[in-house]
Amino acid sequence: MLTSQFLLLGAILFCIGVYGVIARKNAVLVLMSIELILNSVNINLLAFALRNGSADGHTFALYIIAVAAAEVGVGLAMVLLIYRNRRSIGLDELSEMRG
Amino acid sequence: MFAADLLVAQNIGFAVIALVMIVGALRVVTTSNVVHAALWLVVVLSGAAAQYILLAAEFVAITQVLVYIGAVMVLFLFGTMLTRARIGAERDLNNNYWRLGIPVAGVLFAAMTIAVVSSFGDEQLPDEPRVIGVQEISDQIVGPYLLPFWALSFVLLGAIIGAIVLARKD
Repeated sequence: MLTSQFLLLGAILFCIGVYGVIARKNAVLVLMSIELILNSVNINLLAFALRNGSADGHTFALYIIAVAAAEVGVGLAMVLLIYRNRRSIGLDELSEMRG
Repeated sequence: MFAADLLVAQNIGFAVIALVMIVGALRVVTTSNVVHAALWLVVVLSGAAAQYILLAAEFVAITQVLVYIGAVMVLFLFGTMLTRARIGAERDLNNNYWRLGIPVAGVLFAAMTIAVVSSFGDEQLPDEPRVIGVQEISDQIVGPYLLPFWALSFVLLGAIIGAIVLARKD
C-alpha cells in the first residue's frame, strides 16, 4: 500500500466536505459536511501512524472522535434552539449579527 | 503503482472501499433529502472504519463504529426529525451561491494533490507494521498526552452541560 493513496483519499473527502460546508444552507447538512472533514483528518493521522510506527496518531484520532461527538451535540442543540425561535434552520436567514 | 501491487488484496480492498466512500460523500453533499444524506453519511463512516482496519488501527475503528455510527448518527437523525416538518425531498437545501463551492474545492484538491504527490510520490507503507495495541494507546493517553485528555474531558463536560442548557424548554 502506498502512503499517498490514503492521503489522497483524505484529500478527496476533505474537499467534498469543504464543498458541502460552502454549498449547503441547511444547518444539519453543514454539520454532516464537517463530519466528513473530521473523518478525512482521521484517515491522514492513522496513515501517518502506520508509516511512522507510532501510537501518537491513534491517540489523536481518538481525541478527534471525542471532540466531534461533543461538537455535534452542541451544534444540534443550537440548531434545535434556532429552529424553535425561527421555525427555520436556513443559515442564510440568520442575519442579526450583520452590522 | 506497479501491476503486481494491484493484485495485493489490500489494494483491491482499499480501492473498493475508497470508491464507495467517495460516492457516499458526494451523495451526502448533493442529495436533496436530509434523511438520505444522514444514511449516506453512515456509508462513508463505515468505509472510514474499514480503512482504519486496513491501516492496522482496530481500536480506533471500533470506536468509530460505536461513537460515530452508533451515537452521532442517532443525534443527526433526531436533529433532522425535530427540525423538519416533512421528511421527503426538498428544494432549498443549497445556497444561492453553491456553485462557488466547486472551484474552491477543486483548487483545494489540486493543491493538496500536488503537495501529497511531491512529498510521498510512491513511498510504500511498511509491509510488516508495528502492531499498536490498546495497551500502548492507553499508555499514551494517561501518559504523555494526559493534559489533552483532561482538556478533552472538560470539553465533553462543557458540551453536555451546554447542550442541556441550550435544548431545555423553559
